[in-house]
Amino acid sequence: MFLRVQYLRRWQPVSSLLFFSAAIQAGTPLLFATLGEIMTEKSGNLNLGVEGLMLIGAVAGFAAGMATESVMIAILFAAFAGALAGLIYAFLTVTLRANQVVTGLSLTIFGTGVSGYAGKYLMGQVLPESMKSVFVNFKIPVLGSIPYIGEILFHQNIFVYLGYVLAIGMGVYLGHTRYGLNLRTVGENPYAADASGVQVSTYKYIHIMIGSAISALGGAYLSLVYVPAWQDNVTAGRGWIAVALVIFAMWSPYKAILGAFLFGGLDIIGFRIQSMDINVSQYLIDMTPYVVTILVLIVNSVFKKRDQAPDGLSVSYFREAR
Amino acid sequence: MLRIAKRSSISKRRAALIRVSGIFWSLVLMSIFLLTMGLNPFEVYHAMIMGCFGSFYRIRETIELMIPLSLAAIGIMIAFKMKFWNIGAEGQILMGAMAASFVALNMSSLPKPVLLIFMGLAGLVVGGLWAFLPAIFKTKFGTNETLFTLMMNYIAIKFVIYLQYGPWKDPKAMGFPKIPNFTENAIIPEVFGVHIGWVILVVLTVLFYIILNKTKLGYEVSVIGESQNTARYAGMNVNRVVLLSLFMSGAICGLVGMIQASGVAGTLTAELSGGMGYTAIIVAWLSQMQVQFVPVIGMLFAVLVQGASYIQTAFQIPQSAAEILQGIILFFALGSEFFVNYTIHSIKEGQDPTTKVNNEHQSNNSNETSHKTNVSESSVSTEVAAGE
Repeated sequence: MFLRVQYLRRWQPVSSLLFFSAAIQAGTPLLFATLGEIMTEKSGNLNLGVEGLMLIGAVAGFAAGMATESVMIAILFAAFAGALAGLIYAFLTVTLRANQVVTGLSLTIFGTGVSGYAGKYLMGQVLPESMKSVFVNFKIPVLGSIPYIGEILFHQNIFVYLGYVLAIGMGVYLGHTRYGLNLRTVGENPYAADASGVQVSTYKYIHIMIGSAISALGGAYLSLVYVPAWQDNVTAGRGWIAVALVIFAMWSPYKAILGAFLFGGLDIIGFRIQSMDINVSQYLIDMTPYVVTILVLIVNSVFKKRDQAPDGLSVSYFREAR
Repeated sequence: MLRIAKRSSISKRRAALIRVSGIFWSLVLMSIFLLTMGLNPFEVYHAMIMGCFGSFYRIRETIELMIPLSLAAIGIMIAFKMKFWNIGAEGQILMGAMAASFVALNMSSLPKPVLLIFMGLAGLVVGGLWAFLPAIFKTKFGTNETLFTLMMNYIAIKFVIYLQYGPWKDPKAMGFPKIPNFTENAIIPEVFGVHIGWVILVVLTVLFYIILNKTKLGYEVSVIGESQNTARYAGMNVNRVVLLSLFMSGAICGLVGMIQASGVAGTLTAELSGGMGYTAIIVAWLSQMQVQFVPVIGMLFAVLVQGASYIQTAFQIPQSAAEILQGIILFFALGSEFFVNYTIHSIKEGQDPTTKVNNEHQSNNSNETSHKTNVSESSVSTEVAAGE
């Protein structure tokens, strides 16, 4: 940490702006994946299949984009594919009460297989210019004129803005609407939710599917905007970072924005440090998100923070067991 | 309307039948998928089997896949039996391999048996400690072990990559980032043409069958798995058992790392485990937490992986097809557990399910009041009556 602070001080203001801007772009797929997983976990289901969902979203979005050259259809199709995969997960864990950890891992295996298989036919293809042009950075009026912050946050592409909107929208939904409140009750104590007339299974199904669709969009961002060409295993473990980020953000969509951009920055900082002749391996820096996440986990449990995982997380709900 | 009730018991034969039919339907689904690809599914499955058992060389490859999967599954099972969700096998394997490699690279002048024993011990201890750490926090503060062990995996992977690209890089590899190969006396011997890992697997399967089923520790583990409060009430030292078992769990995975580094790779690489720690979780789960089934399920997965890499060359099917098949089989296997544990009754529209069940119950036992609180209990006994 000390090294990094020293390093930042020596930075030119312009290149640090570029760095933060790049950190946001690297953090956006994480943000989507994390938001999706928060939605799922709020319903009381731990889905370890985020990596698989992202890969499915990446391949579905890219394939649809190549076929139709329409950004809208590409994004919708990625979300639809994610929701469909979420439906498999929801059917197994909610209706058939399968173990959530094992089902999630299976979903990752399945998703990796699907994207690898379909990806064989997309190998080496590059997105057409007409689609790339939709994803160029543009400035948001007024907000974009704020010095520093505006240039970092509001000179971005449409997908990044969608991430902001989604995070804030989800925060409002979970915190200030009746549906959000019901959902949290389902996650914390499904028996109480059921007793007060909430349709537990319906809530779980809908939110797992929406959450999976959002996670899949994180994958689509990678193949459509970040790369933008098909490359095998394009997520490279980002789905697991998202699982970590949910804890880091303590299940809050607002904190997820901060966490995702922080982890995005850690993802790319190594290259910059090397160019500054500072001898810290990128591989050691790559470790920090996970170490930090463990520290957050420990601190939360030691101080018994209120904002912990939903109480009913990863426990199947069986009505008859009341 | 459908009504779901928990089975109180099921005959072994019927449970096995449900599970086998789960696998059968997943194969049917995969066959449809293969047919749409213009392939004959029977030819593909046949080729997969031949790819695994067609020659001695292939049999050896398959067994060498089955050994680490099964061993790691035994390790994981010890933790899972206590409902301690240790999904950190991947990291424990890598750290065990790392420790064994440290011994192999720095003490290669030792005589072979001594060196191998040191490597094994290093793998056991470091793998064990990698699981022990989350266990300490779990027992002391209740820190979520699923997420903790998951994070530990990534720290282990990044650490090994760091070693591979940094301090342990082979200076003779002309800039290629690899760790030096082990010397001959750091390679585990072969027994009947396959490395000695299979003997270790046989020994540990028997040993842990006995430990988990016939000893006090095994009994304590299963009581803790059922209910920690019961275990405490019975005077068991829950924390001690959890810590000890988790150390064993990680140690076995660490030993897997040592075996893989020494017997298969001949060095340490970041891809040494390659997701095996996760597949082993599934193997442990599908084995019903029974050690004696682990080698069988481990073999099934080894066949899936090995067969897939064979059909890739034989039919030009991408190897990812095997991952899809694995995924489908897993979905069906997970789903079929539901039908082992629960039954579904259909109830006529418009009829109050409570009275319906109680009516059935009365006709069976002819002495029951229609208390609402009796619903779940009575539906279970109805099921027992119907099932037998």
